Amino acid sequence: MGTIRDARTRYRAGVMKYAQMGYWEPDYQPKDTDVLALFRITPQDGVDPQEAAAAVAGESSTATWTVVWTDRLTACEWYRAKAYRVDPVPGAPGQFFAYIAYDLDLFEPGSIANLTASIIGNVFGFKPLKALRLEDMRLPVAYVKTFDGPPTGIVVERERLDKFGRPLLGATVKPKLGLSGKNYGRVVYEALKGGLDFTKDDENINSQPFMHWRDRFGFAMEAVNRAQAASGELKGHYLNVTAATMEDMYERAEFARELGSVIVMIDLVIGYTAIQSMSKWCRRNDMILHLHRAGHSTYTRQKSHGVSFRVISKWMRLAGVDHIHAGTVVGKLEGDPNSVQGFYNVLREPRNEVDLPRGLFFAQDWAGLRKVMPVASGGIHAGQMHQLLTYLGEDVVLQFGGGTIGHPMGIAAGATANRVALEAMVLARNEGRDIWNEGPQILAAAARTCPPLKAALDTWGEVTFDYASTDTPDFVPTATPA
Amino acid sequence: MRLTQGTFSFLPDLTEAQVRAQVEYALGKGWAISVEYTDDPHPRNTYWEMFGQPMFDLKDAAGVLQEIDSCRQTFPNHYAKVNAFDSTHGFETVRLSFIVHRPKDEPGFGLVREERAGRAIGYTTRSYAAERPEGQRY
Amino acid sequence: MTARLEAPLDTAPAPADLEALYRDSRVGEVLDSLERELVGLVPVKTRIRQIAALLLVDRLRAGHGLSAGAPTLHMCFTGNPGTGKTTLALRMAEILHHLGYLRKGHLVAVTRDDLVGQFIGHTAPKTKEVLKRAMGGVLFIDEAYYLYRPENERDYGQETIEILLQVMENQRDDLVVILAGYKDRMERFFQCNPGMASRIAHHIDFPDYADAELLAIARLMLARMQYALSPAAEQALAEYVALRRQRPHFANARSIRNALDRARLRQANRLFERRAALLSREDLMTIEAEDLRASSVFGAASGGDGT
Repeated sequence: MGTIRDARTRYRAGVMKYAQMGYWEPDYQPKDTDVLALFRITPQDGVDPQEAAAAVAGESSTATWTVVWTDRLTACEWYRAKAYRVDPVPGAPGQFFAYIAYDLDLFEPGSIANLTASIIGNVFGFKPLKALRLEDMRLPVAYVKTFDGPPTGIVVERERLDKFGRPLLGATVKPKLGLSGKNYGRVVYEALKGGLDFTKDDENINSQPFMHWRDRFGFAMEAVNRAQAASGELKGHYLNVTAATMEDMYERAEFARELGSVIVMIDLVIGYTAIQSMSKWCRRNDMILHLHRAGHSTYTRQKSHGVSFRVISKWMRLAGVDHIHAGTVVGKLEGDPNSVQGFYNVLREPRNEVDLPRGLFFAQDWAGLRKVMPVASGGIHAGQMHQLLTYLGEDVVLQFGGGTIGHPMGIAAGATANRVALEAMVLARNEGRDIWNEGPQILAAAARTCPPLKAALDTWGEVTFDYASTDTPDFVPTATPA
Repeated sequence: MRLTQGTFSFLPDLTEAQVRAQVEYALGKGWAISVEYTDDPHPRNTYWEMFGQPMFDLKDAAGVLQEIDSCRQTFPNHYAKVNAFDSTHGFETVRLSFIVHRPKDEPGFGLVREERAGRAIGYTTRSYAAERPEGQRY
Repeated sequence: MTARLEAPLDTAPAPADLEALYRDSRVGEVLDSLERELVGLVPVKTRIRQIAALLLVDRLRAGHGLSAGAPTLHMCFTGNPGTGKTTLALRMAEILHHLGYLRKGHLVAVTRDDLVGQFIGHTAPKTKEVLKRAMGGVLFIDEAYYLYRPENERDYGQETIEILLQVMENQRDDLVVILAGYKDRMERFFQCNPGMASRIAHHIDFPDYADAELLAIARLMLARMQYALSPAAEQALAEYVALRRQRPHFANARSIRNALDRARLRQANRLFERRAALLSREDLMTIEAEDLRASSVFGAASGGDGT
């Protein structure tokens, strides 16, 4: 039953199928200026997939559950989202990919809050669907250009820090909670002096009874500057400015700038509006902005329902952050290699091509928007350096929290072990060696002149986190016939 | 102290063969190579002196190694580094940078603290070597 | 120079397999492509094969610990223009690369102007620039004798010569230099620059092509461009070659190339005149005698264009 084109019939009071209301348009050719969304839909039993796709299109644009005459006061065909393609998901009966196009006029320029309110604000609780996931989006160049994007970006960050040719190294201060300001600063000093580029506040370190934010900032910056003078290279500590209100956040960020920090940090939970405000502030104040993706796995982890982290990455690149945690593959947190590489590509490439095995369903032109530095953090250690470099490449921040602070010879030794392991691996890779297979030998050779590295390999060499991934790609590369 | 700027500064000083391998890697990627030197290694000193012009279109590392040697001999008590520059769209920046020569003694840096309002402190990293005029530092 | 036996006889490696080395180095492919690409030049090709054999055996001997020292590979190619000197230099670079004597095997071709500066202090960096680009491959200096201009005391070519002499002696692993030019002028140059002469290991002379060879070259060129000569045109071309050779500025293969380009131009115009009629593939491919005889080489009456 196709779209009802006759106006009188279409707008007669009553209920009709979404597919009849004009939300299912299989012949529609998406315009270059349309925002495209790909949803993974699991319709309830007995619900036709095209009707379900049309319903998603409708409920994320102009429809209500019954016909309303006021539609006729608008150019409603223009504002209707159009579901133009439905494909079954390979290997998952009952799931379908629904492609939906939205006109550019539906969106406010430069507002992630509006984009998300529009696309995911209404439709996820919809009864006719058992489950719904926003898999991917294509943002047209016309829309991308309304955003400022990352305030610093990978290239300028490197030029400011004067560090090229290798991943950057960081560590989250451990224990997560409980240290006082002065002791916190000691951890920062030791780790930076030992050879890391950055240390980091954890996501829930804001301003608690055991440590007020002003004390943390003061002691941390003393440590940063001491380490900088001791080594002759630029150092930083991500000062977490997350707070209850924007006004408090601005106050904290100002203090960070006064103290001369190169970088501040925010958590995803502050919300899209706050993130954009902080991004603008950072650009005006020459500050690198680190984003911790706190809370994302509540909605990104399950394949059937939620929002893919790929989409979050795109939103964050538009909103404008310089660092974002994006997965490690081999660490303690969820991350299948292909999906994670897909996230990294979304953040780092000037233009993404369609790459189904890595989960990229659309070609995405970033229109000159700066690149976001992905951060790999969570259960990784020096013994995995060859895997990390192979999977994640060079433009990444590798964070070894436990792997630095838990080192048997102390924090500085832990930092040195990581730095030596990294430099040795990059040296070997550039020489053309097969680091994937020879990694352990390269590390062992470097350990001969570096006792901290030897101790690290002895302590953690065997540790791996091997669990089945829950968020895997749907398209697996198969050998094509010659 | 040992200045830890550059990509490989935590490893033992690179041998000729290792420097050659890194330069070959950069040339293979189509990057331009330049040699720079300085006696003011402050971390915010972005502009070291250029030793000759940047070298484009080289196929082999031999020419670069000659320049490095020449720089070492001309300025035996300065720091010297090799930069590899990538001009492709989306980068247009240095992709690799490592130190190939150091002065015999590296006195390092001190920290100057300026007390400000409340508990705030203004920090300046001061190079001990730069207290003497250029040319007499190392 | 006497060979030194470094490996004691009882631990000598297994008998050397020259065939395997030859095969693995893929030098044969390059020599074969030389055969195909360059017509005639028998003495030159022979010389190249000899050099290749010498270098192969040298490699083999090195494997056995026998060393005659690093071979000098710098060369001098003499001959008239259009006799294949640059092409051969390119192939030489490949051969040397395949045999492991050059790290990269590319060719940088320059003349005096690329090496010599216009004012004091300009020459050394200019020359060194060129040398850096050529490292790992072959530096081909065409009409190299122009570097030496003793009559002009403000001439900076001498600086370049000094630098080249140094590099040719001390950096034989990094670079091979091939000088090229007219035979008589090269001889004079070497007389005045004995240092240069002593550094050249192989002098190869490129004789002018015979008429039959030039015709063969023409046929090769036409085939590559997907043209063909009519029987009358073949005859015309043969006559053309004999006549052209007597005229000034004869540049062997290059002159043939120019003549063919002009013939194509005339063919195109001839076809254009007849454009009312439909043209077959044959028509489009064939060069007729008139396309060649229009040349002024055949006499003023044809209203020729001096070619």
